[in-house]
This record gives sequence, C-alpha cells and structure tokens, in this order.
Amino acid sequence: METLNFRFDSKPVPRAANPALCGVVGSGNLEILVKPGIEPEACRVRIKTSARGFGETWRAVLDSFATSHPAGGTVIAINDMGATPAVVTLRLAQALAEYQGGAL
Amino acid sequence: MSLNDILDSLFPAGHAVNVENKVISGEATTAKGTVAVLGTTDAAAIDHAMALALSGFILDTIEQHPGRPLVFLVDTSGQALSRSQELLCLNGSLAHLASCVDLARRQGHASLSLVTANAVSGGFLSFGLMADRAYALADAQVRVMDLRAMARVTKIAHERLVELAATSPIFAPGAESYVRMGAIEAIWPALSAERLVSALEEVVILDKQDIRQQLGLLRQGRLLANDVVRAVLDAAAG
Amino acid sequence: MIPSLAARHSWFEATARARLAGLLDAGSFTEILPPADSQPSPHLALLDLPGAFDDGVVVCHGQLEKKPIFAIAQEGQFMGGAVGEIHGAKIVGMLRRAAQEKPAAVLFLIDSGGVRLHEANAGLIAISEIMRAVLDARAAGVPVIALVGGSCGAFGGMGIVAKLCSAIIISEEGRLALSGPEVIETVAGVEEFDSKDRALVWRVTGGKHRYLMGDCAMLVEDDIAAFRRGATEFLASWTEPAPSVAHLRAGQQALEHRLAAYASYRDGLQVWAALGVAEPESVPLLDRDSLVALKEGLPT
Repeated sequence: METLNFRFDSKPVPRAANPALCGVVGSGNLEILVKPGIEPEACRVRIKTSARGFGETWRAVLDSFATSHPAGGTVIAINDMGATPAVVTLRLAQALAEYQGGAL
Repeated sequence: MSLNDILDSLFPAGHAVNVENKVISGEATTAKGTVAVLGTTDAAAIDHAMALALSGFILDTIEQHPGRPLVFLVDTSGQALSRSQELLCLNGSLAHLASCVDLARRQGHASLSLVTANAVSGGFLSFGLMADRAYALADAQVRVMDLRAMARVTKIAHERLVELAATSPIFAPGAESYVRMGAIEAIWPALSAERLVSALEEVVILDKQDIRQQLGLLRQGRLLANDVVRAVLDAAAG
Repeated sequence: MIPSLAARHSWFEATARARLAGLLDAGSFTEILPPADSQPSPHLALLDLPGAFDDGVVVCHGQLEKKPIFAIAQEGQFMGGAVGEIHGAKIVGMLRRAAQEKPAAVLFLIDSGGVRLHEANAGLIAISEIMRAVLDARAAGVPVIALVGGSCGAFGGMGIVAKLCSAIIISEEGRLALSGPEVIETVAGVEEFDSKDRALVWRVTGGKHRYLMGDCAMLVEDDIAAFRRGATEFLASWTEPAPSVAHLRAGQQALEHRLAAYASYRDGLQVWAALGVAEPESVPLLDRDSLVALKEGLPT
C-alpha cells in the first residue's frame, strides 16, 4: 500500500450540508470521500492505494480534474484498489456532484 | 488424552456419559450438584446429525431438569465439508443448535464450555462460543485457520503473518489470543475438578449480558470493538 | 406504467448504499457512524491493504412504509462483505440498540462470505456476538429479517446468522450455506463439489432451493423494489414469537425428519422430486412467480 498527499489550486465549489461518499473499495474500484476544507481556492487529496508507484499518474489525473472542475475548499480522501484513471475521474465527478447537493 | 481421562479428572465423584458418533451426552456429579455434560470428541467435524443430537439433548435437559447447568466439552475441527450436508442447509442446523444453547440460558441454565483439544470456526460458533463462559486447556488449538492456509488465501507472505502474529492476537491462532480478546475466560494449565467447580460457582451468578467486548478491551486484545459498539449505542437518533 | 416495463434495479448488482436507498422510504435514511466520522480498519493497514471508511457495512435508522426500522447492510464488493472487528462491532451495536429502542424491525442486508481472514479471531468472535445480539433483539420482540441476494450470498458464520433471524427473504441469485463450494472442493476434491459447475452450485445453495425446502420464508425477484415489497408484506403479518421450548422442539422435529428423509441426497433435483415436484429439472428455468405457485401447490 502507498499513501499519497497532494494539493491543487482549484476554483471554489459550492458545498451542500453533508460530506459525500462515492464508490466502493473493491477490485478496480475506489471510494472517494469529499469533506469541506479550510482553503477555499485549494483542494487537498489524500490517497491510500493498493498499487505502488503510480504517484505521477495520480498527480496528472487529479491535476487535470482540479483544473477543469471547481473543487476548491475541499479535502478529499481516497481508498483505492487499483482503479484506472477513467474510473477515478468518473468517481471524482460523481462525488463532487453529490457534494454540491445532488447526484449526477 | 482419552475422553475417559478427561471425564475422570473433571468429575471424580462420578459421571454417566454416552459417546455416539463423536457426540458426548450425559450427566456428572460435582460439588455443585448434578450437571449435564455434552459436546464433541475426536476433533468432530460437526454435521447435521451431531448438531441435532446436541440440540435434542439440550431441549431434553431444559424439559426434564430445569436449571441444571450445562458443561460443554469442545473438540471440533469445524463443520463437515460435504455437498450433501450443504444441500440440507448445514448452517440451519448449526443455528438451531446455537438457539437451543441460547434458550437454555434464558430458561436459567448456567453454561460453560471447555475446549479440550480443538475449536475451529463453525463448530466452535454453534455451541462452545454460545456458552456463558468458555475455557480452554493449555494445549488446545483454537483458531479459524492456520497461518499457512491464511497466507495462501490472503496472498500475504507467511513470514509476514508469523511476524505480526507474534504481537497481535487479531489473527494469531491459539487460545491465548481468544483470552486476550475476551472470548475465552481463562486457560486451565491442567484438568481439574476444583477449577470446574469454581467456574460453575461463577457462571451460576453471572450476569447474562454478553460482555466479551469489554473484556477484550480490558485485556488489551481487542481495542476497537467496545468503543464502536458504544458509539453506535450513543449516536444521536435521526 | 406497466410494471414489467418499469426499469428493474438489480439487488445483486447494487452497492449496499444503493440497496438501502431503494429499500427504505425516500429520505428516511440516517446513517450511524457515517464514513466522514469513521476510520478504516487499522488491522488491514498493518497488512498493507487499503480499508474502507465504513469497514464494509452501513448501519442506519430509517423507515419502511412510515414505520421506524433499523437497517444493517454489508458491502459485498469490499473484501467479500467479510466480518472484521469494526464491521462486526457496528452490527452488534445496532442490534443491541434495537433491543433497547424496539423499532418495528431490523432489516439485515447480508452479503458476506463470513469471517474476514485478515482479522480472523476478531471476526469469529464478532460473529458469535452478532449471533447472541440477533437472538437478544428477537427476544425483546424485534423481528430481524435477513435479506439475501448479493454477489457474496450468506456464507460461513453469516450463513448461521442468517438462519438465526426471524426469516430470510432471498432472490434466485441469492445463495445461503455454511462452507463455500470452493472450500469443499479444495478440501474434499472436485468429485465432491465442482465449484465451477454454476448450475450445481445453485441447485445446492441457491435461493430457489432454499425457498422450496422452507429454509427461506420468501423468494423475490432480483429487484430492490421486490425486496422492499417482500419485507413490507412479511412484517405486516408477522409477530415475533417469544423464545420457547415448544418452538425449538418443533424446529428440532422438522430438522430430524428432513435429515432422515434426505440424508443421502447430493443434488437439489433429488430433494425437489422427493418434495413432490413433478418435473424437478424444470425448476431452474421457472420464473419467480411460477416457482412460488409451484411451492404453494406442493403437498405439506
């Protein structure tokens, strides 16, 4: 297992009342928990992943997401069991949508 | 150690116990009066017939000898592994047996179990772990799975499991782990009629709540379960 | 809308949270110890495995047709729904709370292979505690209904727990047994149980077989709404009996008769024929409604 920590600049995202959870920690899948953070223009991400050595891939996927979607003001925790970048991006979009008060 | 040696040591004042199809049933005399003696021997793999023999004997005891304490002797290698057993819902017969032990408790029968040799998963769950209190002899094997099989199934290196098992009771086989985690009350260094009598004295006055989580915390073998249960009980209602 | 054209929402495919969302009255779900307030299992971290915030089980308050209920839902996609220390303690806590607060029922969405081997002793002890807590909740008058239809079925200790519940509602896709076919094949050989023979596995452990034999009270479609209707319907006519010798005596007799009659059988086909099914080989092909009609027409 590997633990990764990142911080990305991102436009503020409006928050709903509750933290949001998407996905399941199963083979090829991951869970994403979005909670409010203290920096409105930044998104902090902490990942625990079963697959070692993919730090740069995670950085690229998350950076691209934080640039194209407002995700500022959040702390995101991820538990991963080898999800592909496409699955990661999909789950992030679902989790952020739910965080704003409605599922996709 | 033969079953007769076990019975002679535990019940020097006398016992009348039948063994059929690895199932023990009968009664014995102790300083605390007559007790029902039941359980399994020779590392029995519990099947429907054994489970129903035990449950039938418990129901007989409840009906014919109200309040008589139950002493379970546990030697089981787990459940019978066969298609015909599963076809008839083996988990159902084991659940029925567990329900009978539970009913005996509700009807005022104190119970204790003593692991004499082996106590493995399903067989242990259905009666040994259902008693008010469980004890084990010092050389008893109590486990879900040995570490080699566990290494195969979990794909974690055997050496790593051995290393972790040295400090953590969470998966290390052995009665000592179960004591630290609150499921076994104590390990008996040897068979002893005196120990049995004092254990009986304790279980008859025991509060019937399941306090194994609290014991696991007190003994520092299960650090999370008790607090999680408390947190669920104390969480604000919706 | 014609019901058959309505989109079915498979229970088998759904996550534990999706099952709960469809099972309970809309908007009534209130989670106890939600993921944002929880920590994954430290035992898994020690073995270098990522955990899940809810440790693979969701416990909650909710309503079913406006009646207050508690629900417990295991996530089969996380470590096979297996019971570890935190997972088990959440279930025990919820069952004990039910014994105190007496909701109309506990719905127990079982989807589990049993003990989580990575936390083997903690899991086994937790299952023992769950067994006692189920019986305590029932003795307090609270029905505990097992709903079985997930990819992991109800196996190992969780198979025993399922049979300790007031009743089991199962789908054709649901499986209920003690040892998994893989375990039996590994220990006793492929001649004893070929775990790759899916049809055989279902004839021995599957929902239709368990329903025909009376081990499960209801057979429902693989549809979240069908499980909801089944649970509602079951509870409407159910009064939890007090634990009694008479009740367990009756159970004992039924089990003894069954064992005497069927002990030598090794395939569901044999049992169904003995139960009076005229064309046992047609059973796997029957839809749910036809199978229920068949069972209701059997001699008792």
